[in-house]
Amino acid sequence: MGNALRFSRRSVLKTMTAAGGLGALGAGLPWTPAMAKTLVIGFLYVGPRDDYGYNQAHAEGAAAVKAMPGVKVLEEEKVPETIDVENSMESMINLDGASLLFPTSFGYFDPYVLKEAKKHPDLTFLHCGGLWTPGKHPANVGSYFGYIDEAEYLSGIVAAYASKSKKLGFVAAKPIPQVLRNINSFTLGARSVDPAITTAVVFTGDWSMPVKEAEAANSLIDQGADVLTCHVDSPKVIVETAEKRGVFCTGYHASQATLAPKGYLTGAEWNWAKVYTDFVKMVQGGIKPPNLVRGGLKEGIIKTSPYGAAVSDAARKHADDVKAKFMDGSFVIYKGPIKDNKGNSVIAEGKSHGQTDIALESMNWLVEGVTGSIS
Amino acid sequence: MRPFLHGAVTRLSATLSAPLSALALPVAAVAVSLALFGAFVALVGVDPVEMYQLMYRGAFGTWFSWQNTLTRAAPLILTALCTALPAQLGLVIIGGEGALVLGALAAAAAGMALNGAPAALVLPAMALAGMAGGALLIGGAGALRQWRGVNETISSLLLTYIAIAVLNHMVEGPLKDPSSLNKPSTPPLADAYMIGTLPGSSVHWGLVAGIVCAVAAWVLMRRTTFGFAARMVGGNPRAARMAGLPVGRLLVVTTALAGAAAGLAGMVEVAAVHGRASASLVAGYGSTGILVAFLARQNPLAVIPVAVLFGGIGASGGLLQRRLDLPDASVLVLQGIIFVVLLASEAMRGRLHLFTFARPTATPATKEA
Amino acid sequence: MDHASLGWWGVPLAVLAGAIRVSTPFLFVSLGECLTEKSGRINLGLEGTLVMGAMSGYATAYLTGNPWAGVLVAGLAGSLLGTLHAMICALERVNDIAVGIALMLLGTGLAFFLGKPFIQPQAPQLPAIPFGWWSSSAQVRSALDINPLFLVGLALAPLLLWGLRTTRWGMVLRIVGESAEAARAMGYQINRVRLLATAAGGFFAGVGGSFLSLSYPGSWNERLSSGQGITAVALVIFARWDPVLCVWASLLFGGAGALGPALQSVGVTQGYHLFNAAPYVLTLAIMIATSSSRHRLAGAPAELSVTR
Repeated sequence: MGNALRFSRRSVLKTMTAAGGLGALGAGLPWTPAMAKTLVIGFLYVGPRDDYGYNQAHAEGAAAVKAMPGVKVLEEEKVPETIDVENSMESMINLDGASLLFPTSFGYFDPYVLKEAKKHPDLTFLHCGGLWTPGKHPANVGSYFGYIDEAEYLSGIVAAYASKSKKLGFVAAKPIPQVLRNINSFTLGARSVDPAITTAVVFTGDWSMPVKEAEAANSLIDQGADVLTCHVDSPKVIVETAEKRGVFCTGYHASQATLAPKGYLTGAEWNWAKVYTDFVKMVQGGIKPPNLVRGGLKEGIIKTSPYGAAVSDAARKHADDVKAKFMDGSFVIYKGPIKDNKGNSVIAEGKSHGQTDIALESMNWLVEGVTGSIS
Repeated sequence: MRPFLHGAVTRLSATLSAPLSALALPVAAVAVSLALFGAFVALVGVDPVEMYQLMYRGAFGTWFSWQNTLTRAAPLILTALCTALPAQLGLVIIGGEGALVLGALAAAAAGMALNGAPAALVLPAMALAGMAGGALLIGGAGALRQWRGVNETISSLLLTYIAIAVLNHMVEGPLKDPSSLNKPSTPPLADAYMIGTLPGSSVHWGLVAGIVCAVAAWVLMRRTTFGFAARMVGGNPRAARMAGLPVGRLLVVTTALAGAAAGLAGMVEVAAVHGRASASLVAGYGSTGILVAFLARQNPLAVIPVAVLFGGIGASGGLLQRRLDLPDASVLVLQGIIFVVLLASEAMRGRLHLFTFARPTATPATKEA
Repeated sequence: MDHASLGWWGVPLAVLAGAIRVSTPFLFVSLGECLTEKSGRINLGLEGTLVMGAMSGYATAYLTGNPWAGVLVAGLAGSLLGTLHAMICALERVNDIAVGIALMLLGTGLAFFLGKPFIQPQAPQLPAIPFGWWSSSAQVRSALDINPLFLVGLALAPLLLWGLRTTRWGMVLRIVGESAEAARAMGYQINRVRLLATAAGGFFAGVGGSFLSLSYPGSWNERLSSGQGITAVALVIFARWDPVLCVWASLLFGGAGALGPALQSVGVTQGYHLFNAAPYVLTLAIMIATSSSRHRLAGAPAELSVTR
């Protein structure tokens, strides 16, 4: 039995590798065998790498790297945000000769990644979170992140067309700026279609709490929400609950389309395969990767899930039009006047904050149309 | 000279044989567990010999591995004391995680309140606050046991869940650093207040704190009247009460001390590792500590080597994932097997004569060279 | 009325629906633990049993395509762990609480280890019985989509109570739990009785676990249990070892767990961490209120180590 189980797990990973490999070839630079020294790359995940969510998105990126020539990929999952991060990286460096590390959890950065980077100035540490500040952080550290709220805005548009009750539901882990930005972008997208739409939010309190998430999804549906979305580490339970209760949903982190063949509309996904293969090619080619890499749909860091069958033509057209504007960089989500849900003006008329605007990174308000408050 | 030497040898063998036979059983239990776990991984297609070689390398094989092991062992010593101390009175406390978390929160709050004061003042204050936080939680479980008859095992566990909720509430609410945007936490401690590492290594001073506390706990329990009274309560509470021992006070003080140990672990996590309090403090050191305490047969001194062993198992876990594609839960399975086998081995105690030395009546084995 | 909003009325409805949805694992674990404790032994390992049941049930349902086979296998896995507990506890000088903690760890570890390949696939779910067919409101219909396992649990409680009170088996079990000496004098084999009681208790807990993975939330992953197994053990103590009271206690717990999300969905989002801790605070408060240092708890089996 054991072998059969292992086989099935490996086959899942193999499929992922194959899928990622194709992507890598498409964007490929020619690789010359002259630099034939194997590059050992370590990936650290905070949760299980087959969670249909945050960690799987990164593992799919790692799988794409694995398919590249001249690399050896090491992976460790469920590394908690403690001194274990330092220990695991040290172990990869000392015992396996890793020279490029991808600590993929936001909470790994300070102090663990910073400490390790200072200790090993000749190695490269690329962290997912977009936290690098010049002058403050070591030069051999890079940090990358994507403006996934662009895809959330598109999901909001699609959700608005699908909703009959004009009520959307959002299951979120914690009221932190990244999450609030997704909630707000999703809601702004939906309200750009129909200003009568509202979004109800439930915070579960942590990144992975399946029973709470299911309970939250059910409460939201009971309150009339007929499109659900979420920002938790693994959207699986929420997407499955929505499908069971016969409402629509949009995904997050990775594609959950197979979990909800009827109700899955679209989703906001990371495209780490591109980011990671690009980084690895730079390192292989002797180019120092940039310290701060951020981008959205245009830069290919973010992608959207293919539309589900339930998405109407009008919705597709509207979303595709806006997506085209994201792609040419002409669309701004946070353009005044925007009020928060307490009636205060947060972005004044005539003012607009583009994606890279640092002001958006300390977002601590919920936009008009969201029910709920941040305690 | 001869009779004196003979006597000395006999005395020596007598003092050696007790701890040695006490050691034989856990060592045998660990060996049996390793064999069982080896068979288990063999079933899923992994070569056990290769696995144990890797584990040895990852845990103790290099200087780096030793540092990895010892850093992991440091908090385990302190959280194990949280279970081992009350065990002297016959109590089973499993709230070490909660005491660690509350201690860490209290220590971080103290660090915030005293920000700007000299480190020589702030660090002891943080340590005291951490110990007080842990003592409050586990001492509370002890007090509930004494005055309301509430089972301490279950109450200490429930208090742990509550402590974690309080931590989350505080770091996302009243104690939140407004600039800790996407990872809510208390404000970072200034570098001056951070506990450094032992010279020439990456192991922080928490290891020393743990060893000192373990030795102190051993002295308290084995060499003082307090400890004698406590162990008497553990042996026979009714007799202890009849002998006029202050059972209630012993119980509450011991549980509070136990909580203080885990609370200190929390302070060390804040001041040596995290530099702040956040949800990441909930990392399972408390639950592994329970295991360490049981494997050490609740002996505060034995806690030290057992914590190192478990630190080693943890340190080798990553290598098993990377090289053998074993899941991270392998470490949990191995720990579970060790725990179960060890408890079962208790039944063998007193029947094992492997390490008993020659009786005094027999011819002395040693001769003058 | 489809998709109509219920506003504040949704809160009691969500609490009721939540009570039914969330309480089932509590119910099964507490009934099983009740049986085990009546024989004079406590099994704290049911947390591990629950997780193991969730994993093995999900895996079996996925591999065979039959969720009921999953329930059965989950129960069997549970009784296997229960048997292990009883066999170790039957040895001399072995503390049942410690064995429970050990099995909690082993059960969880094994479930995580063997469960890795089943995090991704979707297993067939247990069908629900639509008791809300009469209602025009989608919310009420959904709240009354009741899983048969919940009904089995409900039926099991009075059955257990009756069995413990009136059957010969129940008598023997209670004698063993009240006084091992008396039972021995009457010629009963204490260890065998306790083994059967613990194995049966493990079976129930395993089934409770399969509810988590095969019905609600209906998915297997490593964060599935947030201490339901261990909380249910505490629940037995304040249900005073009465299976029917276990039902009420479980419902109370399920409802308390549903309160937080329900309040948030109508806009009360402050202090949600503290709301989420409500079930634990509630258990502790009830334990403090109902325990006493002077006399034993009513209904407590005299041989039970936790109440001694």
